[in-house]
Formats: sequence, structure tokens, C-alpha cells
Amino acid sequence: MASLSFSSAVSSSTPFLRPSAFLLRPRSTRLPLVRAKIREIFMPALSSTMTEGKIVSWVKSEGDVLSKGEAVVVVESDKADMDVETFYDGILAAIVVNEGETAPVGAAIGILAETEGEIAEAKAKAAAQSSSAPAAPPPEVEKPAPVAPKAEAPAPVAAASPATPGKVVATPFAKKLAKQHKVDISELVGTGPFGRVTPEDVEKAAGITPAPKANVVVAAAPAALAASPPKAPASYPDIPGSKIVPFTTMQAAVSRNMLESLAVPTFRVGYPIATDALDALYKKVKSKGVTMTALLAKAAAMALVQHPVVNATCKDGKSFTYNSNVNIAVAVAMDDGLITPVLQDADKLDLYLLSKKWKELVEKARAKQLQPQEYNSGTFTLSNLGMFGVDRFDAILPPGQGAIMAVGASKPTVVADKEGFFTVKNQMLVNVTADHRIIYGADLAAFLQTFTKIVQNPESLTM
Amino acid sequence: MHSAISLSLSSPSPITRSSAASSTAPRSLRFCGLRREAFGAGASPDASSLRLARFNSRSQHFNLNGVLAALKGNGAPSSGGFDYDLVIIGAGVGGHGAALHAVEKGLKTAIIEGDVVGGTCVNRGCVPSKALLAVSGRMRELQNEQHMKSFGLQVAAAGYDRQKVADHANNLASKIRGNLTNSMKALGVDILTGFGTILGPQKLKFGKGDSGDKIITAKDIIVATGSVPLVPKGIEVDGKTVITSDHALKLEFVPQWIAIVGSGYIGLEFSDVYTALGSEVTFVEALDQIMPGFDPEIGKLAQRVLVNPRKIDSYTGVFASKITPAKDGKPVQIELIDAKTKEPKETLEVDAALIATGRAPFTKGLGLENINVQTQRGFVPVDERMRVIDANGKLVPHLYCIGDANGKMMLAHAASAQGISVVEQVTGNDHVLNHLSIPAACFTHPEISMVGLTEPQAREKAEKEGFEVSIAKTSFKANTKALAENEGEGMAKLIYRPDNGEILGVHIFGLHAADLIHEASNAIAMGTRIQDIKFAVHAHPTLSEVLDELFKSAKVKLSASKTVAEPVPV
Repeated sequence: MASLSFSSAVSSSTPFLRPSAFLLRPRSTRLPLVRAKIREIFMPALSSTMTEGKIVSWVKSEGDVLSKGEAVVVVESDKADMDVETFYDGILAAIVVNEGETAPVGAAIGILAETEGEIAEAKAKAAAQSSSAPAAPPPEVEKPAPVAPKAEAPAPVAAASPATPGKVVATPFAKKLAKQHKVDISELVGTGPFGRVTPEDVEKAAGITPAPKANVVVAAAPAALAASPPKAPASYPDIPGSKIVPFTTMQAAVSRNMLESLAVPTFRVGYPIATDALDALYKKVKSKGVTMTALLAKAAAMALVQHPVVNATCKDGKSFTYNSNVNIAVAVAMDDGLITPVLQDADKLDLYLLSKKWKELVEKARAKQLQPQEYNSGTFTLSNLGMFGVDRFDAILPPGQGAIMAVGASKPTVVADKEGFFTVKNQMLVNVTADHRIIYGADLAAFLQTFTKIVQNPESLTM
Repeated sequence: MHSAISLSLSSPSPITRSSAASSTAPRSLRFCGLRREAFGAGASPDASSLRLARFNSRSQHFNLNGVLAALKGNGAPSSGGFDYDLVIIGAGVGGHGAALHAVEKGLKTAIIEGDVVGGTCVNRGCVPSKALLAVSGRMRELQNEQHMKSFGLQVAAAGYDRQKVADHANNLASKIRGNLTNSMKALGVDILTGFGTILGPQKLKFGKGDSGDKIITAKDIIVATGSVPLVPKGIEVDGKTVITSDHALKLEFVPQWIAIVGSGYIGLEFSDVYTALGSEVTFVEALDQIMPGFDPEIGKLAQRVLVNPRKIDSYTGVFASKITPAKDGKPVQIELIDAKTKEPKETLEVDAALIATGRAPFTKGLGLENINVQTQRGFVPVDERMRVIDANGKLVPHLYCIGDANGKMMLAHAASAQGISVVEQVTGNDHVLNHLSIPAACFTHPEISMVGLTEPQAREKAEKEGFEVSIAKTSFKANTKALAENEGEGMAKLIYRPDNGEILGVHIFGLHAADLIHEASNAIAMGTRIQDIKFAVHAHPTLSEVLDELFKSAKVKLSASKTVAEPVPV
């Protein structure tokens, strides 16, 4: 997750991958004042297969003076941990990617300032870049960070506990948290035994609701996510007379999923499909309780069986997860939102059972009685706005799935055949959105061809 | 191996003195565990093929001894009108190992114990601490939501019952103590209760130190009295808020914040236990870095995994000059002074302090003055055969000292190995234990283990003796079994001589490292070279493949000892 938050930073700065140690590149020349003075420290490519790296530990702390050739940070690649050294002298002004977090190769992980005077500026730069450090309060930038004299070895412990007269006692974990969230412990009032500063005190000061988790790194990531959305509304102008209605749980879930979907590189492929045969079949089986949704779900499921990659999921950005079941989620609009009941094993059930199952699911959805596995186990989603007369649209890929199909209305359309003869046929436009990390254009095209063949020769659907 | 077998067939006479043997014996002679020349002086690839194996000499005696033991049991002393052939003072793991081996060798054996059978290891050391670490390992796993999720497991908040955890440790200790006692009783070792005191050569008394003491004689005596936690002066141990490992293992309370003075393996293991149970830990270390004594690279990695992400901080280069237990509504106070300048630095206020600064030999009241032996900082001086040296630098005949009391290597299994070595000597087989083949382990999560030299030690030695040192490393990240367990964190490191393939040291940090080290320690003990061991097969997929890969990745330049693989017409 942490790596995702950096994706924006990367795409804007076009990483170039040098095979060896440490990338330090002068900042873009758009700001001439700081040219070549403030440098970004980049995630190095430690091996040819490395695409991202985890910061194992920062050997240096913020404010430390670095000299050329000194080890600054330890990076874990897919193969080993390596000490990474700097090519420039300077002061480590800011750490952008904290210990335990991951960043793609080429992303800025820290900021190096040439002189003390530039530290504040570098910090501002870091704050702008780092979406993962929302807790860093801007007022702190006013005070220049203490710069350790060159001879002094960086001892994190000593730095964290200054021997001040009005002695402040903080527990080890509290100190760690304070360092991480840039909280000045000496300004806190401890609530622990003997007036000591506890981890909870630091979290409160940093504006974090205490997470029950022991794992510091993990606790920090959700906090960052939770903190980022509220930032956006602040920039909107207030229009008088507007009313604020908070999201329902379902709406909040939709919002969360939609935001999450932004992290997935998607693309879309459309296809026109003649539906005369399907319409004819539908007329025949309608009386037996079969719905168009069931027909489409069945057709999609049968096509997915032949194209398992379209039914797959990319969970970690590194691998394909091939799902053994074909579970078709179908978007259902509700009064206050949207839910996607799932037709499990849609490829295995026959059309009539599928229709029956669908009816049950819709009823349950209306009564808000769907069990989690009945709406979150989908491997492929179907969304049909055709009944509203929509002729084409574009769906957002739900997290955890590889593809979603948007089905438009079937309309009489003038089509020309190979010989150039015009006819009028019923045709619908189908548009599939897919995760390009695992599903490529040709995969989708082949899948749509199969789907079209099934829809245009729908006899197999009833078998 | 081949040559070793031919030896036992061709030369039936038992090996007596290694000095004699090395001049006359065939070159294929093997003595188990005797350090070869790489660690002695004047190395040459040729001489190094003189390998030692007790294997053979032992197998010759084995049948005979089995018969003897069966006939005599632990019945009559074999010679010279002594009450016993062998009397061991102290029934810890060292004394126990020696006693069992002595009976196997047909010696009439007694063991004197003034406290409880099992000594430190079983009652106040390795054994109960493993019980606590077993708990901490599981707690750690259950609390790590990320780890559980990656398995697809859902676990609700894990908790523990302190008393039951403590009971588990205590029950384990009594069970092992029972096993130890029974194993000695079954073999007929006389267990004599009381404190043993040496009265003179081959003569000692045991009892409570009053008129009821009994005097016995023995052909040979082994001192195996072990050690107690070392408490530096200025530290007031009250057993409640300022404690040693003896108290900590009872787990009478789990403080919110505990300072651990000393960051060696005892301190490190306790930090693992306490942080898993929810405490925050502060290390106080006199040296410049925590975890001294480990190979620096392993120590660095261990610090990244075992210290940095946990609720632990540390003060290095400082002594705890004064520690006052919590009282009168005040927390525990620890006064720190700079280790070099001795200037006061600061005072820590914590809920508890654990003193893990090491162990001091327990040798008082042994009657060493009766035979003119002076202890050095409490340790009994011995030579490489564990023979006690008196104040004039002369060997005291028939008196040996093993285990923590001699301070050579303060590990339970080292004591036992020393005891067995002594029994070998008193039954006529010269034997020198190779301490560099004794593995050591720290049972944190994940574990750390090592055998032989660290990299700096090996480099220093290489510098002195003029050979080359190479390093090979493998990662647990590439091991299938480790990945299946979601425990890819870790590395194994091999320090070796590229010229002859000798293993100088192996260090492992990772899942089950303590169990993995023995392939390396056995190889060192047997003198197996990398070029030979690399052909050994390891089951797939197992963690042992980490070592397999380690040996295979070593680059031995084998120009000297080429073997003819196939018959070649010449």
C-alpha cells in the first residue's frame, strides 16, 4: 500500500534507472533559486529485476551532515539488504520514505540540502512530496533543524533524549513514535506512571487515534490513508445554502473502493454485438423466469472459463491470482447506493438455476440481508445500464477484480455487411475495463470475441 | 571416511597421546574434535589432511565397555582402593554428561550436588527460558496481524495468562530435572547430597558442612560447580523490581517498562520475551554497540529485525553504576556513567531492571586452597585438557574442572563435551576438545546461531598465519520452506579458507537457526571440507537447504588436493 502513495510522485518525475548505487539528481530547473542545491535521494535499482525497494533503516537521521561515500540508508531489494551511499556532500534535510516503507525504483526517498539555510526549503519540498507523512506540522519548519557537527557519530538515542533540566521521561516506544511523527517530546505532558510520556501521549500529540496494533509501521499506513481524503474538500469554495449529508456505510464503502481503484492502471476495450439471436432466445425463456441479467451473466461466465486471465486478480502488483471459481458480480442500484450481489459459479449453474439464484439475491439485497460472501466474492463484474437507454458507458474497476463489463442498450442499428449491403440489426455496445497489469489488450479482445460468439449463437446458454 | 575405516581395521591399538600419534600414526588418522593445524601453528595443506577421529578408537572399546558395564554395573571401583573411580562435584548438565559417559566407560561414579540436580541450565537457565520463548514466539506471531493475514488467517486479539506462562516454564524445568535424575539413577550413578569440598589429592568430603560430613576418596575428581548470575557492585538486587535471570524466569510480574543491563544473548532473549508480553525495553550496554560478541554483520541484521522495529531503545557505552529498586512510591532508578570517562551521564527511571551482565563462577568453598589452587576472578585455571593448574603453574594430578567454573566457554553443552573429554582421558584415550566446533545459539525470534570464528576473528588469524579468508552468504529469502512459513528474513554466512576448503565459522540468523547450525558444527568437528560437504544431499523443501546453498556457493580453489574421479589409463 505504501508504495501506491508514491506512484504519483514517480509518474511526475519520470524515473530513470541507473543500474548502480545511488541516484541523486538535481531538482528540476523550473525553480531556479534552488537549482542543484537541493537534491532528491532516489530509490536505487540494486538489481536488474528490482522494481521497488523497502527502506530497512536510515543510517543517518534528519539533520545529519553527509559526506560523499558515506552509507546513508539500507535498502532491501528482492535479493538482499544493501547499504547505499551518497555521491554528494550535504545535509540530510528530510526523510520522505520512512523505515519499513516501500518505494518504487527512482522515487525520491529523501532530500539532501547543500547548506543549512536550505533545510527548511527542502523540508517543504519533502512535505509536498510525501503523502505518507500527513502528521508533519508546517510550523515545525520555522525552526531550523539542529545540525549535528561532522565529527559526531549519529546516535539516535542520544538525540532523542536531551539531558534537559526539566527532565522528561519517555518510554522507548514513545520515543520511537515521536521520532516517526516528528513530535517534540519535551513539549508533552506525560500521563503515564511517574509522569512519563507514553506512546499514547505521543499519538495524541500527533493527532492519531491510538491503533491497538503492535506493529508501528502498519499502524502508520492506514492513518495516512484516512488523513488524505479530508484534504481535498478544503480547496472547494463554499456555496451558500448547501447542505452536507454524511455518507451511509454503503456509500462510504463505495467511496473507499472508488478511491482505491485509482491505484490500478486500467484500460478499456469496446465491442459491438448483434443481439437479434439473444433477444429471440430471451423471448422464449422469459416465461420460465429467466432474466436478461442471468443470460448475460451466463454468457460472460462461459467466456471467462475460456479466458481465465480475465477472471484473474492482481493482488500485490507482482503476480497473477487465478481464481478457481467464476463468480459474476452484478451491480444493483439501490436507493442509497450500489451493491454487487454475486452469482457464484455462474459457469456451472444452468440458466434456470442462475435466474432463480439471482431473484433471491436481489430480494436479499433489497432487504439488506446479503451476507458478505454474497457481495464480495466476485471475480468479474457485470454492469448493465442498457435498460435505462444508455447506449455506452465506462465502468470503474472494483478493487480485487481483473475486469468489469459495462453493457449498453440493445438498439436497432444500421449495419453494413461484407458485401456492402445495409441491414438493420439489434446491436449493443459492450465496454470492458481491465487491470492492465495482468490483462492485456489482446486478452480482452479475445475474450470479447468469445463472448460475442456466445451471445450471437445463444443456444449454448440453455444447455 | 574411507581412510578412517581402513585405520580401524589395520591398527587395532588404541591411540594414546596425540603428540606421539602425530609422529607415528598413518596420515589418515582422525581424532574427533581435535583442532587441526589451521588453528595451531605452521599450517600446510599436507599436514592438514591428518584428521582425527575418535569414532574408530571409540568403536573398538565400545563392545568391551558395554559388556563391562553390564557385568559390573556401577559396582566396584576398578583400581587402587578408592571409594570411586570418578567423583563429580556438581550435577549440572556438565556433571551429568560426564557421569553418563563414565558409566558407559565402566567407571564407578558418584556425583555430589548441594542444590538441585540439573544446575543452572535446567533450573534457572536455558530450559525454563526456552519455555518462555516458546510462548513469546507464539504471541509475536499471533499479534502480527499482517503475518496472519498473509496466511489468510484471522485471529482476534491475543492475550496471555501470566501465571500459566510461568507455570509452563516451571513445569518444564521439573520435568527435565526428573529426566536427568532418572537417567543417572538408572545407570547406577551414586547421587550424594551436600556440598563437596576437596580435602587433598584424590580426597574430598560432602555434606552440609557440619560434623555429619562424609569423607570419600576417588581416583579422579571433576569440579563442575557452574556459575551464578554476575551482579556488578552498586546494584541492589531485591528480587522484585531489580532482578537477575534467576528471578525473571519465574515471571512473577511483567513490568510495563524494563531496563535490561547487558545486551548479550541472555539480555536479548529476555527482550524477546518481555516485548512479546507487552513490555517496553531499554538496553544498557557498556560496549559501544548492542549485541557485542556476535559476528558484526549478523549483529547488524539482528538489530534491524530484533531491536529496531520493537519497543526497544538502548544506551551504549555506559555502565549502570548504581541501581536502586523501586520503593517509597519511586520507580527503579538507574544511574548511568560513561564507560570510558566514568562521568555521570543520566538517570533512568523504569519499572524494573534485569541484570544480564554475565555469569560469575561458583567456586567458593570448594577447598581449592587445600591443593594450592588459586582461582582467577573466581575461575579455576585449567589447561586445554581441563586439568587443573595450581598456583605454581603445575598440573594437579587427577583433578579436572569443566563447565562455567573454568570459564572457557560458558555453555551447557560445552560443559558436557568437556566432561566427556575428561572421561575419555581418565580411561586412557587422549582427547582434546575443539572449542571452535561447539555451536552456540540465541533463541530469539528468529534465532541466531554460530560456530567457530567471527569474520573479524578469522581475518585477524588469517593475517597472523598468512592465509586467505573468503565469505559466502545465502539468504532465507530464497528458501522455499522459509517463504512458505512467511519467514524469509534471515541470512547464513560462511567464513572459510578458499585454499583448502576449511570451514572457519558459520553464522546463521533466521527461522530455526539454532537447529540448522549443527551441520556446520559437525563438519568443523569432523574436519569435513566444503568441497566434500557440498555433495551431501538435503531434503527439499527444508530450511537445511539454506546451508546446502551456502556450501555450494563457496568457491574453493582446489589445486592441491585433487581426487581422481574416474579411473584413467596412464
